[in-house]
Amino acid sequence: MDVLLQQVINGLVLGSMYALVALGYTMVYGIINLINFAHGEVLMIGALCSWSLINILQPAFPSLPAWVILLMAMVLASMAAATLNFAIEKIAYRPLRNAPKLAPLITAIGMSIFLQTIAMIVWKPNYKPFPTLLPSTPIAIGEAVITPTQLMILGLTAVALAILSWLVNATRLGRAMRATAENPRMASLMGVKPDMVISATFIIGAVLATLAGVMWASNYGTVHHAMGFLPGLKAFTAAVFGGIGNLGGAVVGGLLLGLIESIGSGYLGELTGGVMGSQYSDIFAFLVLILVLTLRPSGLMGERVADRA
Amino acid sequence: MLNTNALFGNRWLLASVLLLLPFVLQPFGNAWVRIADMSLLYVLLALGLNIVVGYAGLLDLGYVAFFAVGAYLFGLLASPHLTDAFPWIAAMFPNGLHLSLWMVLPMAAGVAALFGILLGAPTLKLRGDYLAIVTLGFGEIIRVFLNNLDQPVNITNGPKGIGPIDSVSVFGHPLSKRLDLGFIELPSVTLYYYLFLVLVVVSVVVCHRLENSRIGRAWMAIREDEIAAKAMGLNTRNLKLMAFGMGATFGGISGAMFAAFQGFVSPESFSLMESVMIVAMVVLGGLGHLPGVILGAVLLAALPEALRYVAGPLQEMTGGRLDAAILRQLLISVAMVGIMLWRPSGLWPKPEHSKRLQSVEGHDA
Amino acid sequence: MLSQHVLQVAGVSKRFGGLQALNDVHLNIERGQVYGLIGPNGAGKTTFFNVITGLYPADSGNFVLADQPYQPKDVHLVAKAGIARTFQNIRLFADMTALENVMVARHVRTHSGLLGAIFRTKSFTQEEKEIAERAHELLAYVGIDTLADVKARTLSYGDQRRLEIARALATDPQLLALDEPAAGMNATEKVQLRALIDKIRHDHRTVLLIEHDVKLVMGLCDRVTVLDEGQVIAEGTPAHVQRDARVMQAYLGTAQV
Repeated sequence: MDVLLQQVINGLVLGSMYALVALGYTMVYGIINLINFAHGEVLMIGALCSWSLINILQPAFPSLPAWVILLMAMVLASMAAATLNFAIEKIAYRPLRNAPKLAPLITAIGMSIFLQTIAMIVWKPNYKPFPTLLPSTPIAIGEAVITPTQLMILGLTAVALAILSWLVNATRLGRAMRATAENPRMASLMGVKPDMVISATFIIGAVLATLAGVMWASNYGTVHHAMGFLPGLKAFTAAVFGGIGNLGGAVVGGLLLGLIESIGSGYLGELTGGVMGSQYSDIFAFLVLILVLTLRPSGLMGERVADRA
Repeated sequence: MLNTNALFGNRWLLASVLLLLPFVLQPFGNAWVRIADMSLLYVLLALGLNIVVGYAGLLDLGYVAFFAVGAYLFGLLASPHLTDAFPWIAAMFPNGLHLSLWMVLPMAAGVAALFGILLGAPTLKLRGDYLAIVTLGFGEIIRVFLNNLDQPVNITNGPKGIGPIDSVSVFGHPLSKRLDLGFIELPSVTLYYYLFLVLVVVSVVVCHRLENSRIGRAWMAIREDEIAAKAMGLNTRNLKLMAFGMGATFGGISGAMFAAFQGFVSPESFSLMESVMIVAMVVLGGLGHLPGVILGAVLLAALPEALRYVAGPLQEMTGGRLDAAILRQLLISVAMVGIMLWRPSGLWPKPEHSKRLQSVEGHDA
Repeated sequence: MLSQHVLQVAGVSKRFGGLQALNDVHLNIERGQVYGLIGPNGAGKTTFFNVITGLYPADSGNFVLADQPYQPKDVHLVAKAGIARTFQNIRLFADMTALENVMVARHVRTHSGLLGAIFRTKSFTQEEKEIAERAHELLAYVGIDTLADVKARTLSYGDQRRLEIARALATDPQLLALDEPAAGMNATEKVQLRALIDKIRHDHRTVLLIEHDVKLVMGLCDRVTVLDEGQVIAEGTPAHVQRDARVMQAYLGTAQV
């Protein structure tokens, strides 16, 4: 039982990060029907930027508490990632909005590789340790433990979701986003500028992804140029799982996927009689994706059907 | 348009260039012939993927899986691995496991086709982007299995890979040995070149015939508008499976040849980046247009090698950050984004008008 | 002997959630007729059309196509059974030539496969020849044979409509089902369309037509069924239906014209 509790905690932490990234996928898909393959790389760039920033800020402001440095790095890295994402959308995706279906996909894949390669060049391909800026003494919850970093992740995710929820439901921008997602033509007839809404979506997605990236780096202790690929893919699975285009679905999907992965990989060895160990945990997400798309393409909470041509 | 006719129309010129290429490259070193050999293998892969993406419009991002299947199939059946790992197999085959070329080719094609159908089946109802991700997932799943099937039973030998793998023998002569014709000696790389060239030529003919056939047109109809295709009576499910299967056979054959050529296979060679590169070859070259696809394959296959010569000085300039592999990735990704923005139909797309139309004097709407 | 009855439909109902889209719809199309299905917006014409063309099954109903029970389990079986359709929004194979568009529609009546294609067997070559010839015939029939090698997407709107009809005819259908063929057409194009459909009728083909353009339907059709709110409110010759009080009420909202 104690193992289960630990897996649940780990799963929720993992799931929170997936949820943040999944939101980015789902928002973009909801508005322009594009799977932004490069979104995972935004997480990576955000994380690497924050790593660089911390390495500059710490020696520059030795008197500041570590968590302030972390916060500053997060904010600045988010701004950098948002600018990057805004530029990517404007330069590479916008011209292809009316292109045949294959073109934006190819571009997005190319962009994903491009970002990884640039990161390799700028930051060099080695795995870099991410500075521990939060106390690392674990706190006991029953028989399981939770670290301050993990607590921060849960807390930050909750705050981010609250802010996003407010943004989407109570502001003009949020209304514009929802309107464009439902009916772009109608929305533009009512005065909503689609370009602005789409840019806003990419910016918000980048901020969320950066948060997730910094948290990921804090939790696992390393950053490197390829760190965005798997989380990105899994977050996309989470978004589909929850119902692509549905914000609540992205969160639910993310948390559930995190739990499945955590609990599953913990028990996989036992389940398969030792044949398959936790090294197979990476393909869980793919299996979930295939199952969801085959059995219930609209996901848990979505109304849109995934296979309408 | 006239230029390409002149080049391809002059078939003798093209044939001579292709036949004499190894002798032109040889003086610069075996490495260059080796580059030509690998380029030919990539042409096979691109031709195969072209059936799936170019003809049928199914964006398969996990095509490398079939390459891997063919390679490992040959690797397992033509190396000491299975006999070493499983005594009961060694007992059954006291002389070891070996395969002749005439057995390899159909087996690799057949097993790959089977995998093509298996991996294609779950994707039949999916639209473009989901199809891409699911096929990507399959490619990764295959790679993970290849990497981990060394326990509890050592089938694939995990990350250590399988080797040494036999070379193929043609008419009794193993291609890993030089061929002494008396007046000339052909090194192994050149022998492989001609084998691969034959395979490529046959493949091109097969693809061309498929393209201009009932099945080929049906694939293209699916690509253009699946709903209308169904309404015209096309069994899109079976046709898509056919496309996956047919496309996969090229991957399987290429993979088996790769295994024989290299003498060694490991999961590293079958990464997502390979799948993406093959997609890039087809898309950059000219989706659905055979000359374009071949051009794309040759460019992207030979490019990294050519870059080794440029990369040296660049590497020094940037303090070791830019090596040939990174440069190749950079160029491929920039090309993918760039081509979609500026020349989405590829470097060498199908000409807009067929020759017949060029003689028609305009038309009344 | 070709059957006299091409399509006999009775008791067709279809419900979508809370909406009864079709309620006990019936119609009978005889060979060589141009049969119109009209009704105000939301009457259920499209739903009926989609049921006939296999998009989704009806909740209940009896369908007989050329004296055979008709219940396609999947869309691609519809053409095989004998109904060929066009689309309101024209769905041609844009990047293929006009000729190829028509050739591909021969698929359901031909059979060469991968082996025939790869090895260029005699039966394959023979079949290809026949496919091409028939396609040319059909293009000429609708009047666009000179455009055979033009990509479908570069054709004019009127020519695209013709091509779509030629493509549907290539499946050798028992029933040609046209979904709003006059949509987006100007007066001249409508006249040409009418001439083409007349020609098709003259050659003993059977046509089912959904149309909004009541004038076109009345001038062209042998018989008409009028739907309103999912139910048949009138059927008969155009002249008869035009004077039906319920029809006028459905369209105009009053009993008086």
